[in-house]
Amino acid sequence: MSRPGLSDASRLSLILLFTPFVLWIGLLIILPQVGIGYVSLREKISWNEYSFGLKNYVDFLGEPVYRNTLLRTAWMSILVTALALLIGFPIAYYIAKIARERSRAALFLMCLIPLWVSDLVRAYGWIVLLRETGVISTALVRWGIINQPIEMLYNDVTVVIGLVYTVILFMIVPLVSTLQGMDDALLEAGYNLGGSRLTVLRRIIIPYAMPGIVSGCIITFMLTAGSYLTPILLGGKNSSWFTEQIYNQFITRYNWESGSAFGVALLVFTSFVVWAGLRLTGQSLATTVAKD
Amino acid sequence: MYDLSCADVTKRFGTFTAVENVSLDIPSGSFFSILGPSGCGKTTLMRMIAGFETPTSGDIRIKGESVLSLPPNKRNVKMVFQHLALFPMMNVGENIAYGLRCRGEAKSEIAPKVARVLDRVGLPGSEDKRIDQLSGGQKQRIAIARCMVLEPDVLLLDEPLGALDLKLREHMKIELKQLQHQFETTFLYITHDQSEALVMSDNVAVMNAGKFEQIGSPKALYDQPASGFVAGFVGDSNILAGTLREARGSEARVDLDGGGHVIGRVCDGSVAGDRVEVFLRPESLRLGAADDGTSLTGRVESLLFNGASSRVLLDVNGQLIEVADPEQASALAKGATASVGWTPERARIFARRSA
Repeated sequence: MSRPGLSDASRLSLILLFTPFVLWIGLLIILPQVGIGYVSLREKISWNEYSFGLKNYVDFLGEPVYRNTLLRTAWMSILVTALALLIGFPIAYYIAKIARERSRAALFLMCLIPLWVSDLVRAYGWIVLLRETGVISTALVRWGIINQPIEMLYNDVTVVIGLVYTVILFMIVPLVSTLQGMDDALLEAGYNLGGSRLTVLRRIIIPYAMPGIVSGCIITFMLTAGSYLTPILLGGKNSSWFTEQIYNQFITRYNWESGSAFGVALLVFTSFVVWAGLRLTGQSLATTVAKD
Repeated sequence: MYDLSCADVTKRFGTFTAVENVSLDIPSGSFFSILGPSGCGKTTLMRMIAGFETPTSGDIRIKGESVLSLPPNKRNVKMVFQHLALFPMMNVGENIAYGLRCRGEAKSEIAPKVARVLDRVGLPGSEDKRIDQLSGGQKQRIAIARCMVLEPDVLLLDEPLGALDLKLREHMKIELKQLQHQFETTFLYITHDQSEALVMSDNVAVMNAGKFEQIGSPKALYDQPASGFVAGFVGDSNILAGTLREARGSEARVDLDGGGHVIGRVCDGSVAGDRVEVFLRPESLRLGAADDGTSLTGRVESLLFNGASSRVLLDVNGQLIEVADPEQASALAKGATASVGWTPERARIFARRSA
C-alpha cells in the first residue's frame, strides 16, 4: 500500500532521481571519508599488526611543525579569501550593476576563460612570468630598472597572488548572482533618503549581498585551504602548505595512518573556521544557500 | 511662494527628447498630479526633480532655490518608488530610521520620531516587523512614513498604486489623499490612471510626448479640455471622426466619415474643411429623439449593467457609441432601434490627432 498523495509513479521517479546522487555522495564522499577516519585511528605496531587509538592525532598535536603548518595554511587561506573578496566585489558589482546588458555576458565569459585551462598550465604561466629568467625580471633588467635578474617565485606573496588569481572566479560568480537580484530602486532610495555613497554601500549594498559574500567566502576558503598545485609550484619546496604535509605522509613516508589523521585534522579545522565565520557575520548556512 | 517650480525643463537622450519645455508651479501643501500614458516622459521629469537625471536645459527650484547643483542625497525631496523599494534586510523601524541616521540625528531622538510617524500612518508599534510580513497597503504606508519622517518639502510618488489589486487601489486612493491632508506636505503624484489623478489631485497636468497639454483642476480638465488628447485621455468619450463643414459662431456642423452629420462646438482653431474629431461623453447623451444634427440613431448592440454607471452600446453606422443609462432605467431591449441626443455645447470638436 502506498501512502496517499504519493503514487507509485512519483515514488519511482523520486528513487530514480536520487539514486545517482546517493551513489555519488555515498561512494565518493562518505565512504572514503569513513575510510580515512578509520585509517587515522589505526596504530601500526609491526608489519600487518595494528591496534586502535588516538596516537596519530596526539603525534600531530605534539609536533609544532605540523600544527604551525596547519595554522599558517588557515591564515593564508583567510588572507586569500579576504583579498579575493576585496578585488572580486568591485568586479562583480561592475558586471551586475554598471555594465550594459550586452557587455555583461562578455565580461562574465572573460572571467570564465581561465577555467578552461588546467591549474597546472595557469601556475606554469605565473612561473614563466616570475622566475629569475622570466618575462618580468628580464624586462626590468633591459629597461635598467634593476641591475641583475631577481627571483620572484618561491615566496609567500607570490603564493597568495597565485591563489587569489585561481579562486577569485568562485568569489565573483555568487556575488554577481546576488547583486543582479538587487533592484536599482533600492540604491536610488538609499540616496534619496539622504545617504552618502559610503552609507549606501555599507547599509544597503553589502547587507543585501551578504548571502553571496558568505557563500563566495566559504567556497574560496575551502578551495584555497585544500589546494595543492598552486602553493607547491609557486611556493616551492618550502611553501609549508598543509596539503603538502599530507602528500608527504602518504607518498614520501608511506605513513597512511598519519596522513589520514592530517586529512581529518584539515577537514575539522577548516570546517571550524567556516562555522566561526558564519557565527561572526550572523549568517547561517541555510540563508546563504536558500536565498529567496 | 511655490514649493516646487520647473522652468522650461528639457531633457534629451541623444536625439530623443523625453521632456520638452515643461514648466510648472506647485503651491505649498497641494496635491499635484502628472497624468500621461506610459513613455510620455513623466517618470523622467520626476527623476530630474529627485536628482537622478540632469536636465539638458531649464531650471528646477525647490522653495525658490535652484537645486540643479545639488546631488540627490542633498535635496529635500523624498520619493516613493513604483515598487516602493523598502530595504528588505531592515525591519520597519530601521527602514524609517535610515534617513534620520543618514542625517546624523541622535539615537534618543530617532526612536520617538519613528514611533510618531508610524502612529500617523496608522501602524503604531510595528517597528520590529519584517518587510515581508506586511500587506501591500501596509508597505505603501511604510514607504510614505519613511519619507515623511524626514519632513520633505515635496513628496514625489511614482505610480505607487500600480502594483496593488483593484480593490486595495481604490481604498489607497482615499487614504493617500487623507495622508496628504494630515501631513500638509506638497505631493507630486505621477500616474497613467486618470481616475487616480482626478480623485486625489488639486491640480493635474496632462502630459503627452514630453510636453504638458494642459494644467488645471480635475473638473476643468474634464469639462474644458484644451486639446483632443486631453478630451480623449481624461474620462470616457465617444470619438466620431469627420470633416468640419461649416462653422457659425462657436457652433459647427461636422460631416461624419461614417455618414450623417452632427452639430457641436469648436474648441480649438479648427476651420471649415479641417479633418476633426467630435468628442461626446456618455453622460452627455440622452436617450430619446432630439433635433436634427444633435442626435444619432442606431441599433442597441448590448446592454452593460454596472449599477449607476450602466451603459447602452449603440451601433450607429458601424461605430459603437456608449451611452450612460444609470441603472438601466430606459428598459431598452437588445436589437431595438434607439436615438440619443445632446446639446451642441456638450459635443466638443478638436482637430484630428495624428494617430
